[in-house]
This record gives sequence, structure tokens and C-alpha cells, in this order.
Amino acid sequence: MKGIKILERISLAIPTMLAIAIFVFILMRIMPGDPVDKMMGKSGNVSIEEVQALEKEFHLDLPLFEQLKIFINGILHGDLGLSFQERRPVWDIIIERFPATIELALGALIFSLIVAIPIGVISAVKQNSLIDRLGMAFAFLGISAPAFWLGIIFIIIFAVNFNILPVYGRSTFAYKPIHITGMYVLDSVLSGNWLALKDSLMHLILPSISLGAAQAAVITRILRSSMLEVLRADYVTLARTKGLSEYIVITRHALRNALIPTVTVVGLQIGELLGGNMIIETIFGWPGLGRLVVTSIFSRDFPVVQGSVMFYALIYVTANLIVDILYTYLNPRTTL
Amino acid sequence: MFEPDIAKKDSSQNIKYSKSKIWWGKVNHFIKELIRCRTAFLGAIIVLFFILVAILAPFIAPHDPLKASIINRLRPPYWMDRGSIDYLLGADEIGRDILSRIIYGTRISIMVGLITVGISGFIGTLLGSFAGYYRGRFDAILSRFADFLLSFPYLIFAIFLMSIVGPGFFNLIVVLCFKSWVNFFRLSRGEMISEKTKEYVEAAQVLGESDIKIIFKEILPNIIHSIIVLATLRVGYFIILEASLSFLGLGIQPPTPAWGSMINAGRDYMLSSWWVSTIPGIALLILVLSINLFGEGLRDILDPRLKLE
Repeated sequence: MKGIKILERISLAIPTMLAIAIFVFILMRIMPGDPVDKMMGKSGNVSIEEVQALEKEFHLDLPLFEQLKIFINGILHGDLGLSFQERRPVWDIIIERFPATIELALGALIFSLIVAIPIGVISAVKQNSLIDRLGMAFAFLGISAPAFWLGIIFIIIFAVNFNILPVYGRSTFAYKPIHITGMYVLDSVLSGNWLALKDSLMHLILPSISLGAAQAAVITRILRSSMLEVLRADYVTLARTKGLSEYIVITRHALRNALIPTVTVVGLQIGELLGGNMIIETIFGWPGLGRLVVTSIFSRDFPVVQGSVMFYALIYVTANLIVDILYTYLNPRTTL
Repeated sequence: MFEPDIAKKDSSQNIKYSKSKIWWGKVNHFIKELIRCRTAFLGAIIVLFFILVAILAPFIAPHDPLKASIINRLRPPYWMDRGSIDYLLGADEIGRDILSRIIYGTRISIMVGLITVGISGFIGTLLGSFAGYYRGRFDAILSRFADFLLSFPYLIFAIFLMSIVGPGFFNLIVVLCFKSWVNFFRLSRGEMISEKTKEYVEAAQVLGESDIKIIFKEILPNIIHSIIVLATLRVGYFIILEASLSFLGLGIQPPTPAWGSMINAGRDYMLSSWWVSTIPGIALLILVLSINLFGEGLRDILDPRLKLE
């Protein structure tokens, strides 16, 4: 029964993706600024024939509906077209950039969990203590501080004043690990290149913290409130009266159940982490998907923007889907 | 606590003047609760202060926010070497007074926050109320559309739309509203569905009141408090979103002073002149923090069900 429900959810995601595709396509076409002009740049002296040849190459001469058909057909065949700027398949560019984005999102997620779980649990167990109040104050700051400003503050503090952490890019050129997965930290470990590992970790720290701060705050607050609720539940009292140690009660009985609402939030945050990173990637010169979208928008590279926005939507939809499915396993009472 | 049901019963039984008495009692009670919740009160005071600053900007700004002055280029805040009391928070890359620009920037931030929430809250609540009350095809279509708009991250969506319609204040408001009504829609729709089954609505229906009257006179006053709470918390969110877009060069365009674009302009001088980026960011942080403090206090007072302990 559950399997059918899951299949149903997956099949609902398909029309959503199709609608997003059409939406993105239409919006891109009403954007001001001619792509061929942009492609030619300031080279001047372009003959009409050359312009027409380019328009033909990118199907810009066809009616809109035909272009849409080509676009949708391409998506179904895993072909997102050619980049106007780089003249190579958009899909290749996205795949090349995507590991950097995942690495940053994972870095931010790990940072936020490392911070949020202990603070959330301790704040709830020691409700109204100094630690609780401080923790909540920080969580509040984390929610209210704009990520891009945090990034700049970190750059000023750590790079300019102390000069201890790098603030641009993913690695120092000399230490770039060999390409296996595209995630530098993982690649360095896999290839046993410890210098590269240290280097890429150093590059990862500041962007991860800037991106993860808000998520850490959100997770802390959710975890704390669900811990507080769970700690009052009868089964926790029962566990205590059975004589179990407080540590076991908290970790095995309370935390496990308090994690259920937290997982939902974390799952939604993964979508946000992957989708909300344009600004952080721009500030830290992180060569990921977010920066690709921002630069492509400014250069009117239609196929790349279309492709990446679609890709973002796909990740977002998939992340939410996985959370829903995971949720039913963690909490068998829910039905999809 | 707010008890709209009881208040309603009283007001329908008594004559008019007691209605205003009850209303006044509510306000009085609310202010008392607000003062009791110290952080929320502090938040409210600071937000009021910022609103005053925005209104009085031309009178309190020490300099013209657009006037460049080469001698004062990148002048540090007054407590540092080379600082001058005339430029309290320093000057930016072309010698404009940062304090004056922050004061004028308050206008943009607060206006974007309030106007966006006002418009999208109104539209969302209106559509949500009708959708939740009538259900049917109207509701189905709108709900699907809402789900669709929620199916991708808001920031990329806003960046994408802004790049299409072009930067500017009006476009910014339109783009922000384009999706933000969804939150109000879903909230009011959900509340409307659950309220509709209650007895007082049935009673009103039996008495033959029109649907419009039931929605606006009977149900809406009972759900408006959660909408107000959502609206307050969204204001801070939109202020950050506006700053993010202006930061990327897609929102408010220079030379108009907006905090996001000021932070962006300072990026090039991060290494030598930290204050150009940092100080507008601090203003942004304080404003958003205060709005959130006020909003959460408001939620605890008006809508204790949602309280995050």
C-alpha cells in the first residue's frame, strides 16, 4: 500500500516539473536583450548572414511554439541544448559545476547539524538556564542575519585581519586533487592527498558557515521545542522511573522522537541550501551552479539559465519527495 | 489572552457603545502583554524608531545621501584615525556620508517590507478565504498553482524574474508579491476550512446571512490574528530578500541608497575600508532582528498554539 502511495507522489512530481519547464521557457523569451547581440559581444562587424546562421544554430529563427517543442523534447532526452557563450552542451556545464554546489551544501548542512544538535538538546534539557538563553539568542541572530552580510564579515575578519583562512574559490591551484567525484574534499580523501584535503577543507569552512548559519538557527529552534515536548511525554517519565540513566533517556528515548519533526525541517533545508546559494557562491567565488546562474543571467545565456533553473527545481522537488518518504518510515503513523 | 468567540457573543448581545469598550479592553490587554514580554516590547520600540527615522529622513540626515565629495572618500568612522565627527559612520567610495545613506536606505527597506506584505497579505487572504469557504474548482486551481509556485526555491525565482523585468522599485514589489501571496493563501485557506465546520458559522448560515457577510464578518475576525502574526514575520523576510537582490544588482539601483547595494558597493573596498559594507549590514541586522522579536512576541500573545516554547 505504502509503495503505491510513494509511486503516486513521484508521478505527481512529473507534471510539476513540466509546468516549471514551460514557465521557465516562456519567461526567458520575454526577457529584454537579444542573445545573438550578447554572444557577439563587442566584436562589431558581424554580417547579417552570420547572425542568421547563429539564430538558426540555436533555433532562434523558429516560432516560439516550435522552440518550446524542441526544448521539452530535449529535456525528455536529457539534452538541455548548447550554451550560447561556451558553445558546449548545457548538461555538461551543469554536471561540471554541480559537485561544487553539493560540496558546499553538504558542508553547510554538516556545520549546521554539528552546531544545532548539541545546542538544541542542551537548551531543552536545561530549559531557562544561561546556556539555553545564550543558545536561543544566537539562534535568533542566525535567523535575522542576512547570509551575504555574514559572508562579508567573515571575509573581513578571517582573511583581512587574521589572514588564516582563504576566501576565494575551492582550492589553491597547486593543491587541486585529481578528479574523481568533483567534490574536492572527497577526492582528496579517495586519492590519499592529505595536503589537498587540508587545502580544500580550509576553503570550504567560511562559505559553509555563512550558508549554514541560518539553517543551524532554524534547526536548533525546532529541535529544542520538539525536545521540550517529548521530554514531558509519558514514555520518557516511564523510562526515567525504570531507572535508566538520564543520558540514555535523553539520547535513546527523547532525541530519537524529537528528531522526527527535525528531519522534515532538515530535508526542506537541503532544498534551500542547494537553491539558496547563489549569493554565497558569488561572494566566495565558488564555481558552483548558483554562480553559473547569476553570471548566465547577466550574459543572457538562455539555455544555461533554463537548464540550471530546471535542474534546481528538480533537486528541490526530489529533496522534498525524499523527505516525505523518509518521514513515513521514521513515523509510521503518517500516511502520504 | 484574546478570546474572539466570547468577544463576539458579548458584542452581539449588547448595544453599540460596549463594542468599543471591548475593543479598547483588547488593545489595553495587548499592550500589557507586550510589555510583559520584554524582548517583544524592545523589538517593537526599535521598529518604531526605524519607522520614525524613515519618515523623518530629510530632517535628521546630516548630509545629502547622494552628494559625493572626493576629499572625504573612504573616510573612516569618527572613532578611528582620520575620522571626523562630521561623518559619524564614515564615508563610502565616492565620499558620500554613510549615516545619511543608511537613514535614507531605511525608507526603501521599510517600504518594500510593508508594501509587499500589505499587497500579498491582502490578495492571499482574500483568495484563501474564498477558496477555503467555497472549495470546488476555484480552490483546486489556486491550490495547484500555489503548490507549483512553492516547488522551487524563492531566491532563484526572484533573481530569475528580476532579471526579466529589470531592476527598480516597482518591479521589485511585483516580483516579491508574485509568489509571497501563497503563504497567506495557504494559511487563510486552512483556517477557513477548519472554522467553517464550527457552530457559529452554521448558525449564521441557518440565519440566512450571505456568504460574503459570513466570510468577512463572522469568520475572518476569528482568524485574522494568525494572519497578522504571519504578516509581521514576513516583513523581516522581505527586507532581507530585497537587500539580497539589491546586493546582486537586481533590486534597487544605485545611486538610490538601499542597504543591499551599499553592502555590495563596499565589497571592493573590504580589504582596506571595512566600514563601507559592515555598517549598513548592522543596520539591516538590527531592523530584521527587531521585527522578528516583535513578530514572535506577537505570536505568543495572539496565537499561543504556535508557540515555540
